[in-house]
Amino acid sequence: MNHYSAWQNLLILVVIMIGAFISAPNLFGEDPALQVSRDSGSAMTELEFNQVTLTLDEEQIGYSRVYEQDGRAMVLFDTVDNQLLASDVLHDGLGKAYVIALTLAPRTPDWLRAVGLKPMSLGLDLRGGVHFLFEVDIEAAVEQRLKQYESDFDKLLRKNRIKRKTRLVNDEVHITLGDAGDVDQVDELLRDADPDIDLSRRTVDGKVVIIARMTEDQVKQRRDFAIQQNTVTLRNRVNELGVAEPVVQRQGLDRIVVQLPGVQDPAQAERILGATATLEFRLVCDGENALEAKRRGRAPIGCELYEDRDGNPVLVKRQMIVSGDQLVDATSGFSQGQPAVFVRLDSKGSREMLETTKSNLQKPMAVIFVEQKRDLVERNGKMVEINREEKEVINVATIQGVFSSNFQITGLDVLEARDLSLLLRAGALAAPIYKVEGRMIGPSLGQDNIDKGIRAIIIGLAFVAVFMAIYYRSFGFVADLALMTNLVLIVALLSLLQASLTLPGIAGIVLTVGMAVDSNVLIFERIREELRNGNSPQASIHSGYEKALSTIADANITTLIAAIVLFMFGTGPIKGFAITLALGIITSMFTSIIGTRAIINLMYGGRNLERLPI
Amino acid sequence: MGKRRFTAVFSAVLILIGIVSLFSRGLNLGIDFTGGVLLEVGYTTPADLGDIRSRLADGGFTSALVQNFGTATDVLIRVLPEEGVNSAQVGDEILAVLAAGDSDVELRRAEFVGPQVGEELTERGGLAMLFAVIMILIYIMIRFQWKFAVGSVIALLHDVLITIGLFSVFRFPFDLSVLAAILAVIGYSLNDTIVVFDRIRENFRLIKQQGAEAIMNTSINQMLGRTVITSLTTLFVLFALLFLGGEAVRGFSLALIIGILIGTYSSIYTASASALALDVTTDDLMPPKVDKEAVDDMP
Repeated sequence: MNHYSAWQNLLILVVIMIGAFISAPNLFGEDPALQVSRDSGSAMTELEFNQVTLTLDEEQIGYSRVYEQDGRAMVLFDTVDNQLLASDVLHDGLGKAYVIALTLAPRTPDWLRAVGLKPMSLGLDLRGGVHFLFEVDIEAAVEQRLKQYESDFDKLLRKNRIKRKTRLVNDEVHITLGDAGDVDQVDELLRDADPDIDLSRRTVDGKVVIIARMTEDQVKQRRDFAIQQNTVTLRNRVNELGVAEPVVQRQGLDRIVVQLPGVQDPAQAERILGATATLEFRLVCDGENALEAKRRGRAPIGCELYEDRDGNPVLVKRQMIVSGDQLVDATSGFSQGQPAVFVRLDSKGSREMLETTKSNLQKPMAVIFVEQKRDLVERNGKMVEINREEKEVINVATIQGVFSSNFQITGLDVLEARDLSLLLRAGALAAPIYKVEGRMIGPSLGQDNIDKGIRAIIIGLAFVAVFMAIYYRSFGFVADLALMTNLVLIVALLSLLQASLTLPGIAGIVLTVGMAVDSNVLIFERIREELRNGNSPQASIHSGYEKALSTIADANITTLIAAIVLFMFGTGPIKGFAITLALGIITSMFTSIIGTRAIINLMYGGRNLERLPI
Repeated sequence: MGKRRFTAVFSAVLILIGIVSLFSRGLNLGIDFTGGVLLEVGYTTPADLGDIRSRLADGGFTSALVQNFGTATDVLIRVLPEEGVNSAQVGDEILAVLAAGDSDVELRRAEFVGPQVGEELTERGGLAMLFAVIMILIYIMIRFQWKFAVGSVIALLHDVLITIGLFSVFRFPFDLSVLAAILAVIGYSLNDTIVVFDRIRENFRLIKQQGAEAIMNTSINQMLGRTVITSLTTLFVLFALLFLGGEAVRGFSLALIIGILIGTYSSIYTASASALALDVTTDDLMPPKVDKEAVDDMP
């Protein structure tokens, strides 16, 4: 009784030492650093690694360390100036196939890193950075697909010289046939083109109408594709921004979360990520009077009315020649002194462009800049967000020659040209996205939060420690040791799990410090009671621990339940709180019960005592 | 236990004040729940709030809330969702307006929550509370007995209502972290309540002569030392957090402090009193099989 075997004591010691070891990386601090990785995401080779160091050596830029992490090269610097200088040098020296990101890297010594140990991962509110939640407009994605069906089917039937009138009605493509006898041929053509689509026919006013509709499966497929595609596109855009350790993930049914820690220019990040700008190419409706149409407020059949940048009306055909997502590459530059975007089309787009330019020489073609916007309006007393598409003609040029895949576009200013080429390069969004939540924390505030949090922990700990030592004397002192070990273990677990530490998370640690003492208070009060009832010191210690155990378990479980609920329902920072709370409870049960018992056993167990200093 | 009537009345009064305040003034909800834009900016010199307000009004932000955040040089600006305003851009626009007034302004933090997300977060918060209470109810029913479970839930609701009520009366800002704190208080306050119940159960088995009320009294008195000390140590650290943790966790620490104070009070007076009101007896606590007694084994 009151005696742990040598093995038990050793085990406890080992656990604590391992904990101390795992939490050690947190002591070393961070340095400004550059993270160099391949654009494709695959691991860097030794050769590429050497190239990085060679490039820096050539320009005589001093760096304190270089090491490899997850297939990327991390270069640490002593000063931010060196970091920025190196960034420019590497951008020029390495070329576009690499992503160079500004970041902070931990100064963990190599031997610790070799074992795979890292310091705790800091959440956004401690590190600074941006967090965006985007909602993908799935309806627009589905609508876009329908429009494409309409356009494709119309072209198909035209090629087969079938008289028809194609229209988009709600979620269906209606094809009114000029000649009822064509019905079977049309049916066959359409099914050949897309075997999954749902076709039906109806007779309206004596004319046969074929109705094409997307099946449930197709709609779901389109939705999933839109989100997947958008996630990829956003990742590409994030890569273009050069951010280390970004997070781009689907969240829920139709949302994507993007987290960029340590971003230096949040405004640019926002602009690039949320931008939905894309292009459309259409022939101008010649032979029609645009001003006339504007005055009447109506466009003639087969045409749509838009305005150019100066406010002049332009009539363009309803049919799109090529759309933005058929562009494979885009760069910005200058053409004849004007800012321009140089584009390259994919094979399907090239074919279309080739055909159109061949048969429309000397006719005007319009380039339309399309942007998705969202406005807040009041409907039925509530504020709702509605989507709006803004289309603007940026350029009307006469087709001088036949071209297919490479050509240039003018009509934008320098910044727009640069942004647009980046967007087109990273990939068009399969469906427009809207920012529904955004948070940005400046880095100075982040550091501020860390400092304040640590100070709170230390002072709180000091208060409790002094109190316990005074009120429970030597037993209290043992409890204090347990408390500090508890902290070390929490840090170790957080470092091991790489769970994000947030400001509420630090608050959770502070709370745990206060609560961990509870277990010990229960035990010690029980021991005092047993002593008061006349039991011997050894027996009192024993029953104290025994009887208090079930109470402690019960009590801690309810707090654990609260922590689990918080984790399930909470968002980012709150999750951080739930994690530290839950971890704290678990580690405190170890240190407060087993840990203190071990020490007390060593101090008082097996000895013949008259009184207990408690 | 003797003070039952008095404490019941005291609690009822507090709850009533809270409810009245909630209905008439409501809570000072953060943008996590209402949606909107929040900017925290820092100046190098103490900020002129009046000037900021008029500039914002000129810029079209007539309903912007401007206040100091901790120190005189920090300013918090809040704009609620408005018709025709593209909330996503509002942050940049406001910053531009402020920079025109004083180029030294630094953006420390910006938050934007769209109205739908605001609604969702509110819903989730409510669900979280409900779920937590139900889970706890089930757990106590398993460990103790339904009368105690009801007693503890009453104590819980009492704590939560008074805490939220006080937040309403004093117009403390109520955001997501405050909600998290309240959930933590639920878990923690239960901690206390269970410790008391545990002792009551133990005494019910040992002291068979006395009536339920007397047993409860004894139990509570026995646990009084421990309850007060634990709350004291937790409050130590929470006050450290309140004064040193900075503005960002102020609402959180406040909610925890109030919750724990009220929670301690309710563990002593409310939980058992409610169970008593339901006529709990020794039979209710007798387990189906006999518990093993703690054996004193001397080597």
